[in-house]
Amino acid sequence: MSAPTEPGLGTALSPRALARKRRREALGRFARDYARNRAGLFGLASLLTIGVLALTAPLFVDQAHLTITGAPGDSYQPPGFEYPLGTDNFGRSILDLIIWGARVSLTVGLLATFVSVTLGTLAGITAGHFGSSGGVGGRIVSSVIMRVTDWFLVLPTLVLAVALAAVLPRGTGTIILAIGLTVWPPTARLVRAQTLAVEARPYVERARALGGGHAHVMGWHVLPNVMPVVLAQTTLLVATSIIAESTLAFLGMGDPTTISWGGILQAARTSGAISAGIWWYIVPPGLAIAVVALSFTLCGRAVESVINPRLRGGAG
Amino acid sequence: MTTTPTEADGPDGAGTDELPAPAAPGGGGRAQRVIAYVFGRLLTAAVSLFAVIVAGFFLFRILPGDPVRAMTEGREVTAEQREELRRQFGLDQPVWRQFLDYAEGLLHLDLGVSFQYREPVVDLILERLGPTLLLAGTGTIIAALLGLFLGARAGWNPGGRGDRVNTAVALFFWSVPTFWLGLLLIVLLASGRGFMPGLFPTGGMVDPGLTGPVERALSTVQHMVLPVTTMVAVIYAQYLMIMRSSLMDEKGADYLTTARAKGLRDVLVRRRHAVPNALLPTVTLIFLNLGQVVSGVILVETVFSWPGLGQLFYSGLEVPDLGLVQGLFVVFAASVILMNLLADLVYPLLDPRVRP
Repeated sequence: MSAPTEPGLGTALSPRALARKRRREALGRFARDYARNRAGLFGLASLLTIGVLALTAPLFVDQAHLTITGAPGDSYQPPGFEYPLGTDNFGRSILDLIIWGARVSLTVGLLATFVSVTLGTLAGITAGHFGSSGGVGGRIVSSVIMRVTDWFLVLPTLVLAVALAAVLPRGTGTIILAIGLTVWPPTARLVRAQTLAVEARPYVERARALGGGHAHVMGWHVLPNVMPVVLAQTTLLVATSIIAESTLAFLGMGDPTTISWGGILQAARTSGAISAGIWWYIVPPGLAIAVVALSFTLCGRAVESVINPRLRGGAG
Repeated sequence: MTTTPTEADGPDGAGTDELPAPAAPGGGGRAQRVIAYVFGRLLTAAVSLFAVIVAGFFLFRILPGDPVRAMTEGREVTAEQREELRRQFGLDQPVWRQFLDYAEGLLHLDLGVSFQYREPVVDLILERLGPTLLLAGTGTIIAALLGLFLGARAGWNPGGRGDRVNTAVALFFWSVPTFWLGLLLIVLLASGRGFMPGLFPTGGMVDPGLTGPVERALSTVQHMVLPVTTMVAVIYAQYLMIMRSSLMDEKGADYLTTARAKGLRDVLVRRRHAVPNALLPTVTLIFLNLGQVVSGVILVETVFSWPGLGQLFYSGLEVPDLGLVQGLFVVFAASVILMNLLADLVYPLLDPRVRP
């Protein structure tokens, strides 16, 4: 299929190479625009730091010290030289718990986001595409999807997620599913709006006139054009998912055998550390959640302002 | 959709920006259109309610497997006792029969029986409704006023210092888990440890042993300070963002130029001309975001042991008492749907532009 570039054509590039070049340039432009957003850079830097810490945690955190029986210190030691963030009721180092907890919290946050973004994008593109070009049957499908989306949108997310987590077998997979199945509607609405905008463009009409089927139009023409919006939404959703994970863990829906930030806070509450005023048991996990959620939000807003010039400089 | 949802709908991106759609064009007189609109909304709400009922049934009766086994877990029960329980809960009936019984019960406000309290769920809910309405109502009103006030200031001068500070603070509070904020407030202001005296109670609604109505009311106010603060801190951000973007949309309007040309001071242009118009779209969004208020109230009540529906929900999760959780699920969802219906019906009265 792909003919090699004719040697005699000099500077002319094959269509494929041209496309690659264009993509490289677009990426470079994106990176430059993003780099101008200071808050976005700050978010990115803090995420990279936390990500590296979480990935390399087994190198400097002794896992035996994270078990209740292998706890190295005394209970409720205030922050000091040996334990920079103090110890919990079992005598485990809270710093170690936080670093280890990042692994579960980030994993759940990312996977739940993946589930919900996939769901939301599928629902949004299908609804948008068939709503604009699917005949009567398509419009029915589209409006059914949007009704379901609205239904989910209106319901209290937490109640639904907790209900799911309560009836499914306990575990990290359940938490991921419970969050993923409840936070997708805003993505679906967003993607649908973007799909409608893309489908109104002439090149989509051209593709259809040339005989492009539904799958072709949705996959080749619409999907790449909704991806920037999806990317921004994804970054913002990770923040939501991480907070949701900690909330579910705090309500006791989490897997009690794993260490997560929400789980640490739940343990702090059930051990009576709150009313005893053991602040070092409570402040660090919450700050960790807040920093990660804020970083993802900052990144998401930076991506958003790069792909949507209307937002630049505030006023539209 | 002209702005991205984070700008238009508050930080969580929830909510729709579509106004109630005008009724089908070309049909009949005004009265007919109004009836069609109202009927359409009622139908939508009814379908949503039905979906909630089905979801409640499916989630709590079908998905968890055998409820009797869950109920009797860890206890010695004979096969006869298990059969008896199955009969008692109607589990020996076919699924459709169970659903009909359940739906019929709902029509009589029978939400089932709590396994843990051994009481009808409706009675438990009615008992706890007052405290929740008090807490959620106070929190929502304060948060809406604060958010709308700050949002109007931020949106009037976007990109300015006030806007940046306000948005940053709101973003921070939004990034913080609700329950953590509550825990922090308890440690800081109620535990009485460290440098701060225990200013506020750590939980509950009223000090035990107080008898006089005034004393009890004062004690309740004191108990409310921390939970309400937590709720406000977490939910005011979305009102701020909604108002901010709504005012930003309004900013370029011609009537504002006219107002300025008349020589009105900037403050008056904002307060008398821009804000009233910008307020309209926020009304629907405030109602749409009530789901968030429900989520907030569950967490705040759990953290502060506030004797309301949220704490009841949590106590049902701990056991787990699926009958109770199911009843509360239906009640929470239904109340949000009804509030949305109310918003849809009231909005055209407020905004003549979208009148059917």
